[in-house]
Amino acid sequence: MNSYRLTHLKELESESIFVLREVAAQFERPVLLFSGGKDSIILSHLARKAFWPAKIPFPLLHIDTGHNFPETLAYRDRWVERIEAKLLVRYVQDSIDAGHAVEERGPNASRNVLQTVTLLAALEELKADAAIGGGRRDEEKARAKERFFSHRDEFGQWDPKNQRPELWNLFNGKKHIGEHFRIFPISNWTEMDVWQYLYREQVEMPSLYFTHQRDCIDRDGVLLAKSEFVALKPGEAVRSYQVRFRTIGDMTNTGAILSPASTMEEIIQEVAAVRTTERGNRADDKRSEAAMEDRKKEGYF
Amino acid sequence: MATSTPASEAPDLTPNETQTEEQFSSSGYLDMELLRFTTAGSVDDGKSTLIGRLLYDSKSIFDDQYDAIKATSEKRGDEHVNLALLTDGLRAEREQGITIDVAYRYFATPKRKFIIADTPGHIQYTRNMVTGASTANLAIILIDARKGVIEQTSRHAIIASLLRIPHIVVCVNKMDLVDFREEVFESIRRDFDAFAAGLDVVDVRFIPISALLGDNVVEKSRNMDWYDGQTLLSALETTHISSDLNLTETRLPVQYVIRPQATEHHDYRGYAGRIAGGVFRKGDAVRILPSGLVSRIKSMDTQGESHDQAFAPMSITMTLEDEIDISRGDMIVGESEYPQVSQDIEMMVCWMGDSKLAQNVRYAVKHTTKEVRCIVKEIKYKLDISTLEKIYDDKEVRMNDIARITVRTTQPLVFDPYSRNRTTGSLILIDEGTNSTVGAGMIVSSIPPLGTAARPDGDYSI
Repeated sequence: MNSYRLTHLKELESESIFVLREVAAQFERPVLLFSGGKDSIILSHLARKAFWPAKIPFPLLHIDTGHNFPETLAYRDRWVERIEAKLLVRYVQDSIDAGHAVEERGPNASRNVLQTVTLLAALEELKADAAIGGGRRDEEKARAKERFFSHRDEFGQWDPKNQRPELWNLFNGKKHIGEHFRIFPISNWTEMDVWQYLYREQVEMPSLYFTHQRDCIDRDGVLLAKSEFVALKPGEAVRSYQVRFRTIGDMTNTGAILSPASTMEEIIQEVAAVRTTERGNRADDKRSEAAMEDRKKEGYF
Repeated sequence: MATSTPASEAPDLTPNETQTEEQFSSSGYLDMELLRFTTAGSVDDGKSTLIGRLLYDSKSIFDDQYDAIKATSEKRGDEHVNLALLTDGLRAEREQGITIDVAYRYFATPKRKFIIADTPGHIQYTRNMVTGASTANLAIILIDARKGVIEQTSRHAIIASLLRIPHIVVCVNKMDLVDFREEVFESIRRDFDAFAAGLDVVDVRFIPISALLGDNVVEKSRNMDWYDGQTLLSALETTHISSDLNLTETRLPVQYVIRPQATEHHDYRGYAGRIAGGVFRKGDAVRILPSGLVSRIKSMDTQGESHDQAFAPMSITMTLEDEIDISRGDMIVGESEYPQVSQDIEMMVCWMGDSKLAQNVRYAVKHTTKEVRCIVKEIKYKLDISTLEKIYDDKEVRMNDIARITVRTTQPLVFDPYSRNRTTGSLILIDEGTNSTVGAGMIVSSIPPLGTAARPDGDYSI
C-alpha cells in the first residue's frame, strides 16, 4: 500500500473524529447516546480519541428501558470509567410513572417505542441541542438516507423529504431555538467495519457478543433470551442454546443467533459469511416494512 | 509511518500482531482502500437495477433482503426479481416508484470497500447530484444504449466535471436491447467524447453493459466478444485513486483547540483538525493564516499514536513549538506554501435554495472550519448545464441553476482554487432566515486574481 494512502478503517476513523469535533465546535450542549451496544461503544471510543488528552467534552446519555441485559449495565459502568466519561441515565419507567408513556400489553410488549418519549423529554430537560447517535446507513433502508447532521424540528421529528443537502465535509448545524440535531458520526461504517476496527483497537467488548449457553424462547424464528420481561405464549418452551448476540437492545426484542464465535476474529469471520442483515434479528424492525421510517420520523434514535 | 499503542487494554484479546496482519490481509480485510463513487442516470435507464446488480453479484445482498424484494416483486407481478427494489429506501419512493434523495450504499470485495452515493436523475434534483458528487472519487454515468447521449447525460457529465470528480466511467446500459451491437456502443462513445472535449475530465472509460442480465457488471459478458476491456466491478476495484488528493500543498484547517483541564497537561494546546492537503512532517516550519505567524511542528498525534508525518485526510492533533494565539477557522500551512487570502472571491455556485439567489443579499458562509458572512456582489453568468453555454442575459438563479458569481466576505478566507483542492476550495452558503443550505460554492479565485491564481489550472475552462 502507498504510504500516503489510508486504509478504509483509518479513513472512516478520521471522518468520524472530524464529525465529533464539529459537534463540539458547533453545538453548546451535545450529548452522546449510549446504549452499551457495539455502535455506541465505538462511538464513545472515537470521541475519546477525538479530544484526547482532554476528556470528552459532553456527557453520555443512556435511555434505560428497565429491560436491559444485566451484563449491559455492568459493562456500561466499567466502560464509562475507563474512558473517563460522564454518564447520565434517564429511565423509561419514570416516563411511565409520570403518565407520559403507556406500557404495551401482551406477550410481544416492548418498551422500544416508549424510549422515544423518554429520550425527547431528556433532551428537553438537558437543553441538549445535539444528540450524537451510533446509527449506520447500512443498517436499514430508511437509514441509508440519513445525513451526518440530521435536522429535527421542535417536536424531534425527522422530515426525510426536506433534509439539508450535505456537501463535502461542510456540516451546517444552524438551527432555530427549540430545534436540535441528531448526529451520526459512524454513518459510513458497516457492521464489518465496526468489528474490524474494534478488533484492531483491541477494545474489550460486552460478553453478550461472544458465545455462551443461554435459555431462550424461539418466537417466530427469533431467539429471545428468557427473562422476567418476556412472557411465554401458548405452545412456547424454554430451551438452552449456544448463542451470542449480534446486536444488543432490550431483552424483549433482541434475538440471539446460534454461534460458536468466542473471539473477535471468529466474529469477524462469522460476519463475513453471514447471510442475513444484523437487524434481521430485531423484532422491533419486523413490525412492518416501514417500521424504522415511522419511528425515525417520530424522533427515534 | 506511525507507531501505535493500543488505546485500551484488554489482556485476553491481545493477538500476535504480525500473525493476524497476515491472516487478515490475505483475505483483504484490514487494509483495504475506500472508494466513494456516485451514480447518475436518467429516469428509467436502469440505475437502481445496476446498483442492485453490483450488490447482488458481489454477494453483498443478505438473504432476508433478497427474500423481501422477491416477495415484493411477485406481489407486483414483475417478471424478474426486481433488483432495483434493493435501493428503494423510503415509503414515498415505494409508493411512487422513484428515488427522491441521495441514498448511501455499501459493499466490499476482497480488494476494496465501496461507498455508493445513489442520486436521483430527474431534472429537479440537480442539487442531489451535486451533493453525491461532492465527496466522490469516481462517477458512473449511465446511458441507455437505445437513446444515446441525451440532455441528461450532458448534465451529469458537466456536474461531474464541475465538481472535479477525478474518474468517470460511462456505462452504456441495456446493450441487450440493441442486440449487443458494437457500432451502437462505439457511436455513443464518439458522441460522448465529442461533447466531453469541452469539459475538464481526465480519466474517462466506457463499458457496454446490461444491468438487467449482468453482462460486464461483475461477470464478463459472453454476448460482446468485441469488447476486451474491464468489467465495471473490475474498473471500480483497480482505478488508481492514491493521487486524487492534493499531497503537495500542506493545509490543516484548525477545527478545535484542545486544552485539557488537568494539571498534568497544564500547558498543552493541541490544534485538532483533518488535514486538507499535503504531508506535514514533525519539525516542519509552518505558517498560521490569516495572522501570518510562523512556528514549527512539535508533535502530531491521534490519541496515543504519534505521527512523524501526517497527510490528507488524516484527523490529527498538532502541537507547535511556540505559543501562538490560534483558534477554530485558522489554517496551518507549510511555511512557504501560500494559499490565497482574500475577502473578494469569485466562484461557481450550484443553487439549492427555494428562493432565488439575489445580488446584494447576505448569506452565512461555511468554508473549511471557518464561518463568515458574505454579500453577493455580482452574478456574472448562468451556465446552461446541458450545453455549457454561458447565459448573460438571464441572471435569475433558481434552484438547480449553476452560476458564476462574486462575493465579498466579512473576513478574509484562506483558500485554494477548487481545482487544486476540493476541501479548501469549497464552501456552502446558508440562508440566515431559514438556516437552510442554499448554495454549493466552488472557488475559482480571488478578485483581482493573485499571482498564484493566474496558474492555468486555477480556473474552470467552463
